[in-house]
Amino acid sequence: MITIILAIVLGLVMISMAIAALTAYRVRAAVLASGIVSLIASIIYLLLAAPDVAMTEAAIGSGLTTIIFFYVLNKIRRSDV
Amino acid sequence: MYKNMFIILLLAGFGLLLGSFLLTHHEYLSLPQLPAYYADNTAPEVGAANVVTAVVVTYRGFDTLGEVTILFVAASLIAMFLKHSKAPRHDRHPRPSSVILSTSQKLLFPLIVLFGAYVFANGHLTPGGGFQGGAIIATGFLLLLMANPQAEFKHGLLNAIESISGTSYVIIGILGAILGLGFLDNRFISLGQLGTLFSAGAIPVIYSLIGLKVGAELSNILHHLNEVQNEE
Repeated sequence: MITIILAIVLGLVMISMAIAALTAYRVRAAVLASGIVSLIASIIYLLLAAPDVAMTEAAIGSGLTTIIFFYVLNKIRRSDV
Repeated sequence: MYKNMFIILLLAGFGLLLGSFLLTHHEYLSLPQLPAYYADNTAPEVGAANVVTAVVVTYRGFDTLGEVTILFVAASLIAMFLKHSKAPRHDRHPRPSSVILSTSQKLLFPLIVLFGAYVFANGHLTPGGGFQGGAIIATGFLLLLMANPQAEFKHGLLNAIESISGTSYVIIGILGAILGLGFLDNRFISLGQLGTLFSAGAIPVIYSLIGLKVGAELSNILHHLNEVQNEE
């Protein structure tokens, strides 16, 4: 029961973060919000008894991808002013 | 106007799809045929305690080879496009990272790399495996790069690890075809006792090689991206 409540709360936060990523005015905030979506997705995978997928999602989805977005953003800003 | 109509139609379509799925969804009381086969036969046939690893490395080993190849091609293309120019670079003077970040990096970096190695070496026993372990190692290197952006990795070492482990992976696959039952078969090394570290035949070897390869590739990509930040 408590798992279901936790999953519903996490799902709501995830959806609101996804909407925030779509509507955010600043790109940096949008990238961070999409990173949080991945982080919560990894917790939900764990609740769904898929720890293998959860590990990949936490390391790649929320760790590496977010930072690669920041690297690319920094590069674009510098050459495109 | 048309755009909004299109969005509403798209959402309605998604709602219809998911709704029909929810209405017809019912819980299986017993496993369907294919999962039941894997659940029953993994331990005697492959000797791996983790069924997911058994499926990924042996039953569907060829797919894993394809995934590793895709990752290799992606890393090579990134290395090609982000080639570090030999021209004297404008030295970037990034803000020195905060004390919290640099201190915790010194503490956490070895632990993260150790945890990644643990995950890929125990891939046949506990959740995780080569890809997960490699990605965890790469996040360790990411932390290192964030704490000191001027850090230099040894490209030659990373490339050597990557190519040696990739070649050994294919060689082990061919050995499985010669000594075992087929390409990437794990049973040419004795299966050992279920649940111990040295069990499941060639699975720990293959997954350790994949882990090293993925870790080196992702770290290389990150280092290339970090290097071109210095150029104008």
